[in-house]
Amino acid sequence: MGLLAFGDTGWGDELFFATLMTIAVAAAAIFIGFFLAAIFASFKLSKIRILNLIGSFYTTVFRGVPELLVIYLFFFGGSGAIMYVAKIFGYDGYIEINAFITGAISIGLISGAYSTEVFRGAIQSINKGQFEASEVLGFKKKIYYYKIIIPQMLRLALPNISNVWQITLKDTSLISVTGLVEIMRMSYIAAGSTRDPLFFYSFAAVLYLFLTFLSMKLFNKLELHYNKGY
Amino acid sequence: MDLDFISEHFPRLLKATKLTIELTCLSLFFGIFVGVFFAILRTSKNKILFFISYYYSYIFRGTPLLVQIFIIYFGLGQVEWIRESFLWIVLKEPYSCAILAFTLNTGAYSSEIFRSAFETINKGILEAAKGLGLNKTHTFFKIKLPIAIKQSLPAYGNEMILMLKGTSLASTVTLLDLTGVAKHIISTTFRPVEVFIVAGSIYLLMTFIIHNFIKFLEKRLYYPK
Repeated sequence: MGLLAFGDTGWGDELFFATLMTIAVAAAAIFIGFFLAAIFASFKLSKIRILNLIGSFYTTVFRGVPELLVIYLFFFGGSGAIMYVAKIFGYDGYIEINAFITGAISIGLISGAYSTEVFRGAIQSINKGQFEASEVLGFKKKIYYYKIIIPQMLRLALPNISNVWQITLKDTSLISVTGLVEIMRMSYIAAGSTRDPLFFYSFAAVLYLFLTFLSMKLFNKLELHYNKGY
Repeated sequence: MDLDFISEHFPRLLKATKLTIELTCLSLFFGIFVGVFFAILRTSKNKILFFISYYYSYIFRGTPLLVQIFIIYFGLGQVEWIRESFLWIVLKEPYSCAILAFTLNTGAYSSEIFRSAFETINKGILEAAKGLGLNKTHTFFKIKLPIAIKQSLPAYGNEMILMLKGTSLASTVTLLDLTGVAKHIISTTFRPVEVFIVAGSIYLLMTFIIHNFIKFLEKRLYYPK
């Protein structure tokens, strides 16, 4: 257990901050994902064919291509793309995006593809009468979506959002290949310098189990709360 | 888009696809047995067997695949008695380590799929089998299993696609699968977009084939209720 001591002698504090980093990346990614999902779910539900196609293209690509490949695309291509844009505006220097942003964007895009399907499914399972009633009552589309449809949608989507969160949390382990120091990367460093990979990777597994367990409990509570009236 | 660049590297990517397909098929094949085995344990009345199966699937579904591969490939080699036992034949090669990790991972997910399929079998059918005097083995192979297979097809199709994507992690233990080769080409030529488009399309083509294969099977096995 000396290996897990806090302070200079052990890896306890390093792994603790690495865990916080994992949570931070996962949280950033899922919010980027929600934002994208709100856009693309409305694309998929719209009556305009081209928007439907764009929505389907997004979900098919990011659910069908391995996460690692997407991460490599942004890791190697991200700064190049930004420098290209900067050049147009007359900036010629070298720009590097940090690993956190690369990771959050790439995992966010993947998580968003899953969330899109979740949001779309939840909106579709809302009773048609709710839409009709809102229209009859003279609400504007924007208002009834915010006040009537989305609150109901969130309740229906909650179990699946919980799934997406778990997937996102586990996917963050892949960002370790870009050098961002989250749980996996920290375990890799610790395993390398102590020559005890079995212990550190098993401990990483325990940390992930703890995180997934905790989030499951949290989501169960949320579900109970939002299903009070049903 | 540079077509010369693409045609120059396409053969290498295609060759790497072979390894990806190989890893996917082998892990899925072994994974089915692991999955069915643990699904049966889950339905057993013995508490110990139930808990073994429950925690197996809980642990493998609650941790990232990357951790599982690293524990098996980097971790287990550290233990003295494993290195001296016959297990070392399997664990010293990254190829067999990757397959072992994928098999255990997909086994955990499919055990849940098969379990829920077994649980949804109509009780009346089982009673009818009993009434007809079929013994346990017969009931299992002739009645339970066919119904469970049909029931679990859609979910299992998803799992196949997840496994296909999961094999990309083999590149983290030095194997040159499609993602591994793609990464190598990207890091030597710095052309991420072209390589992503080509490698991504190959992956999408494979998911498309799996998706349609499952749809075809579902149609074949369909019967009106």
